[in-house]
Amino acid sequence: MINGADTAWMLTSTVLVLFMTLPGLALFYAGLVRAKNVLSVLMHCVAIACLVSVLWFAGAYSLAFVGTNPWIGDLSQALLAGVARGAVHPGTTIPDTVYIMFQMTFAIITPALMIGAYVERIKFGAVLLFSGLWLIVVYAPVAHWVWGGGWLAAMGVKDFAGGIVVHTTAGISALVVAIALGKREGFPHGLQPPHAPWIVMVGAAMLWVGWFGFNAGSALTAGADAGMAMLVTHMAAAVASLTWMAIEWVRFRKPSLIGTVTGTIAGLATITPASGYVGPMGAIIIGIVSGALCYAMVQVVKLRFVVDDSLDVFAVHGVGGMTGTLLTAILMAVEFGGVGYGDGVSMTSQFGVQATGVATAAVWSGGMSFVLIKITEALVGLRVGQESETQGLDLTAHGEAGYNVAFGGTSQ
Amino acid sequence: MKFIVAIIQPHRIDAVREALTEAGVGGLTVSEVRGYGRQRGHKEVYRGAEYTINYVPKLKLEIAVDDDKADELAELIMRSARTGKIGDGKIFIFDLSSALRIRTGETGSQAL
Repeated sequence: MINGADTAWMLTSTVLVLFMTLPGLALFYAGLVRAKNVLSVLMHCVAIACLVSVLWFAGAYSLAFVGTNPWIGDLSQALLAGVARGAVHPGTTIPDTVYIMFQMTFAIITPALMIGAYVERIKFGAVLLFSGLWLIVVYAPVAHWVWGGGWLAAMGVKDFAGGIVVHTTAGISALVVAIALGKREGFPHGLQPPHAPWIVMVGAAMLWVGWFGFNAGSALTAGADAGMAMLVTHMAAAVASLTWMAIEWVRFRKPSLIGTVTGTIAGLATITPASGYVGPMGAIIIGIVSGALCYAMVQVVKLRFVVDDSLDVFAVHGVGGMTGTLLTAILMAVEFGGVGYGDGVSMTSQFGVQATGVATAAVWSGGMSFVLIKITEALVGLRVGQESETQGLDLTAHGEAGYNVAFGGTSQ
Repeated sequence: MKFIVAIIQPHRIDAVREALTEAGVGGLTVSEVRGYGRQRGHKEVYRGAEYTINYVPKLKLEIAVDDDKADELAELIMRSARTGKIGDGKIFIFDLSSALRIRTGETGSQAL
């Protein structure tokens, strides 16, 4: 039966999660690129949001959430066939329509996260083609395995809001795309710094607020689970921000805004899978670990791997999501203030399940992303020309400038 | 007439403007510029990565004055803009062959 309170909260959560992408993530990324590419990044976010929405209704939702096959859903609700106005989503107290919309906002932000790996050099057509294929080939199956009643769900994997489904898939795929695409001219030494750190903070703050819909909304009810999920989400974000800030303060003598808010996102990504299962103590531990580990991984990817994952999608989201998923197995213990384990489940066995989930999602995401990026390359090409890259994608790909001075031009 | 161009530290602009106003200077033009001298650039750190900023933000002041006031004003700018640290900037003085006030058509010293 439909519950009004639950439905109201889920409508709200849906709005919050869409707000994470539009404009939260868009601004977070836009401030990090150079001024000549600011519009292209915003454009990527908007275009992916629209494209994924259409594909979601067309069949991706059905593939992810409908059907009993352990590996992939079916197409019985393609084009939302049979989704009646009053239908209750199975196992919940909210309408099917709200559930479909709520899950759609997750499907939107996941490929949008990957934008950070390929900014400032990718062809716009490649963004659309790759993101569309990726939604169907990577996101839909993995969402089905974990949330749609698939084989990982049957094993008892704990991924409350998307440590595996969202952050592991996006983080690993981002790394693969960044490698396939190659480095930006000037990487790693000779790049210009982010053009607008204050916009990065505005975007991060929107993501933080939106994340309450992401995590507390994943309770699918307006109750105790949502309340605790919101609390631990906030705590992890605050602690991770302070951790990243402290590391920079000690190392560079100055605590930076961009560093601090990157810590926020690291904390949020890492608490995501754990947010329904851990207590405040677990959240603090996750905050400290994620702030320190993601900071270290940013340096490792740039300096050791020498991969131009330009806005650190893998180091922040991938590493955060995987770490959080594994830590869930430990911190959900009653001793840490968590919800405890199910019958016949121990910390060790839960850890094994979590590790299986992370590993298979990572392998599937990495392998399929490699195939999809090669298909994309063959069909539309991946990189813009060197001249376009130098001039910036705003003008060369979209015919607009992010910042026009007063005497910049006249209409005709 | 002389034309004074001064490149100064952005945060000294208020002190320079006050000094010039007290000395009776009726107007000046300021623009934001970037460049480097002996100071070279500086480093900025974003997400642990160091970026070398080759062109440091400065302000460029332009003032047209009568011949007899040029040295005094240049001295005044120098004193008010100085912090004693590297990167304080430079002052250039040019001969100015003519000046015109657009509104009235006045020329020479009348136009300053």
